[in-house]
Amino acid sequence: MAKQKPRTVPLQVSTEESYSYNRHVLEYIHQAAERGLYDIRGLGAKRKMPTFDDLVFLTASLSRYPLEGYREKCVTKTVLGTRFAKKPIELKIPIMVAGMSFGALSGRAKEAIGRAATALGTSTTTGDGGMTAEERESSKTLIYQCLPSRYGFNPDDLRKADAIEVVIGQGAKPGGGGMLLGQKISARVARMRTLPEGIDQRSACRHPDWTGPDDLTIKINELREITGWRVPIFIKFGATRVKNDVKLAVKAGADVIVIDGMQGGTAATQQVFIEHAGIPTIAAVRQAVDALEEMDMVGKVQLIISGGIRTGADVAKAIALGADAVAIGQGVLMALGCNGSYALDGKKHRDVTKDYLALGVRPGTCHHCHTGKCPVGVTTQNDDLALRLDPAEGAHRLKNYFNVLSMELATLARACGKSNVHHMEPEDLVALTVEAAAMARVPLAGTNWIPGLGGK
Amino acid sequence: MASLTRSREKQQQVVRLDQEKLSVREINEYLHHRVRDGARVEIANPDGQHNLAVGLDADIDVDILGHAGYYIAGMNKRARVTIHGSVGWSVGENIMSGSVRVKGNASECAAASGHGGLVVVEGDASSRCGISMKGVDIVVGGSVGHVSAFMAQAGTLVVCGDAGPALGDSLYEAVIYVRGKVHSLGADAREEALGKTDHAKLTDLLGKAGIDLNPKDFKRIASARKLYHWNSDHQDDY
Ligand code: SF4
Repeated sequence: MAKQKPRTVPLQVSTEESYSYNRHVLEYIHQAAERGLYDIRGLGAKRKMPTFDDLVFLTASLSRYPLEGYREKCVTKTVLGTRFAKKPIELKIPIMVAGMSFGALSGRAKEAIGRAATALGTSTTTGDGGMTAEERESSKTLIYQCLPSRYGFNPDDLRKADAIEVVIGQGAKPGGGGMLLGQKISARVARMRTLPEGIDQRSACRHPDWTGPDDLTIKINELREITGWRVPIFIKFGATRVKNDVKLAVKAGADVIVIDGMQGGTAATQQVFIEHAGIPTIAAVRQAVDALEEMDMVGKVQLIISGGIRTGADVAKAIALGADAVAIGQGVLMALGCNGSYALDGKKHRDVTKDYLALGVRPGTCHHCHTGKCPVGVTTQNDDLALRLDPAEGAHRLKNYFNVLSMELATLARACGKSNVHHMEPEDLVALTVEAAAMARVPLAGTNWIPGLGGK
Repeated sequence: MASLTRSREKQQQVVRLDQEKLSVREINEYLHHRVRDGARVEIANPDGQHNLAVGLDADIDVDILGHAGYYIAGMNKRARVTIHGSVGWSVGENIMSGSVRVKGNASECAAASGHGGLVVVEGDASSRCGISMKGVDIVVGGSVGHVSAFMAQAGTLVVCGDAGPALGDSLYEAVIYVRGKVHSLGADAREEALGKTDHAKLTDLLGKAGIDLNPKDFKRIASARKLYHWNSDHQDDY
């Protein structure tokens, strides 16, 4: 009998993956080794984290009285900037469009957004790169950002704005500056930003003319002097040390504070920034409200929350926790076709899956706004691609989306017995997870226990 | 020329606003809405106040008679503002056109993000002079502090004295001329030979600033354009 050889081929291929060195980490290391460049991408954090999904409403029953869902009125009107401005902003719904630049977005996408916002009675916001004549024309209420780069920033547009938003940071990259890669620095974008065409623009992360909160106070007064104290001044930052930042911003003289949680999106920044900086939106709201309460500024300084607000339930929960309004960026892009498989060109609705594949993604996994090759023509400066979005169709869809959000918001408010969405309160909420209970500071469902505060 | 004569004709009618009697708000309100082109306005007793004469958009002359605070003549258009004293941070910030002249010294961030027009500091300017400039021309009679012309995109910075550390860091298309010593250049800034156009530009700007110096004595600093595109080979330059 021949001697048996030792077995060298395993019975089956191993499926034992490492937790620490899983496929994502391997891909990260392989790509870093191959290219010597870190990853840049668009949209927001994709990691799992506590969100508004971890909260539920305690709607009315016997101990509370609901409003008739389809008959009784529920007010959604929202006023922002009542502290110092002669002309506060009045919105029909507490849902705004977050700041997105012409440059990051195509002119047609900006136009669709402006038209929808105007029809809805809400606002839009400019971005890094200044105000275009088209967006001023299409948006009834337009908020003008004052960013560290000051690209295209000028007193004429400042005076045309309905509010000014001093941007200190954003949720996707708190502490980082804007970025627009060469593919998107078209001739017009370059001209607006006084940059050479096609360069990789990496904006400053600090303002050029002030550094700390004391200077900011004077800067805000300068903006007020230039605009005759007419329009509200917002201060926006990414959610990190929220409580301290809110207090400093209030002290600096803000009318409105905008806080962008870590799920907030961007058109381009380092992946490491998107996933590893800032705190979740649900934690940020609570800290901001705490700061306003401690300063006795609730109702005097308004609070806008953004970063991963997707649904009517998200809006309702943010407002119940104390926000006066929310701002949406990524959801707006998605309403305009982002990550959908066909182009919303108003005509043929051609399937564009192959263009996603060319970017190495599928509809549903795209985050390639930084490439300028958006398959649905939303975040591009390429004229042919931009034609894939029809502004009228885009506006129609965005209007639908925001209408759904405000109807859902009112549905929940009525069920909580509130005739005004702004009357919702943290007491209307409980948490499904210990983490969410601790962050939002509402009890874990079925208990009176708030981690850190006690109760049973 | 037309505007020069006009303002000269009206020179007799000087309006005097006294900051001890009027608030900054009232002074700016007057300058925004109640002056006609060609007018001359004096602001007496500025007393270190911030935000004087900001957001002007008129063909007028404004004289601030003393020291003033932050953001003086910020976002200026068309007006010619002269400060007969020293100023705090960010004088003439984001200036679009017209001119701002500081007879004394200017603190940090002079002419920050200026898009056009002319800013003259007869004394010294502090750090970050001309930061993020986007087309403004700046002439400093004395020296400038560190990181001046940081990320300067367009326009010209003329320094008749010395420049502090990291001059012109991350420069784009703006050009810097320095007559004295440069402590150090920032990332992507390099010294280049003076050409004919540099001569003409310097002669013009020194003339406008009323400074009598020889353009030949200046060095030119401009962008090496190595950082225009993003890649890891220049990692150490940042
Ligand atoms: S579909 Fe367009 S907007 Fe959406 S992630 Fe991809 S590139 Fe960005």
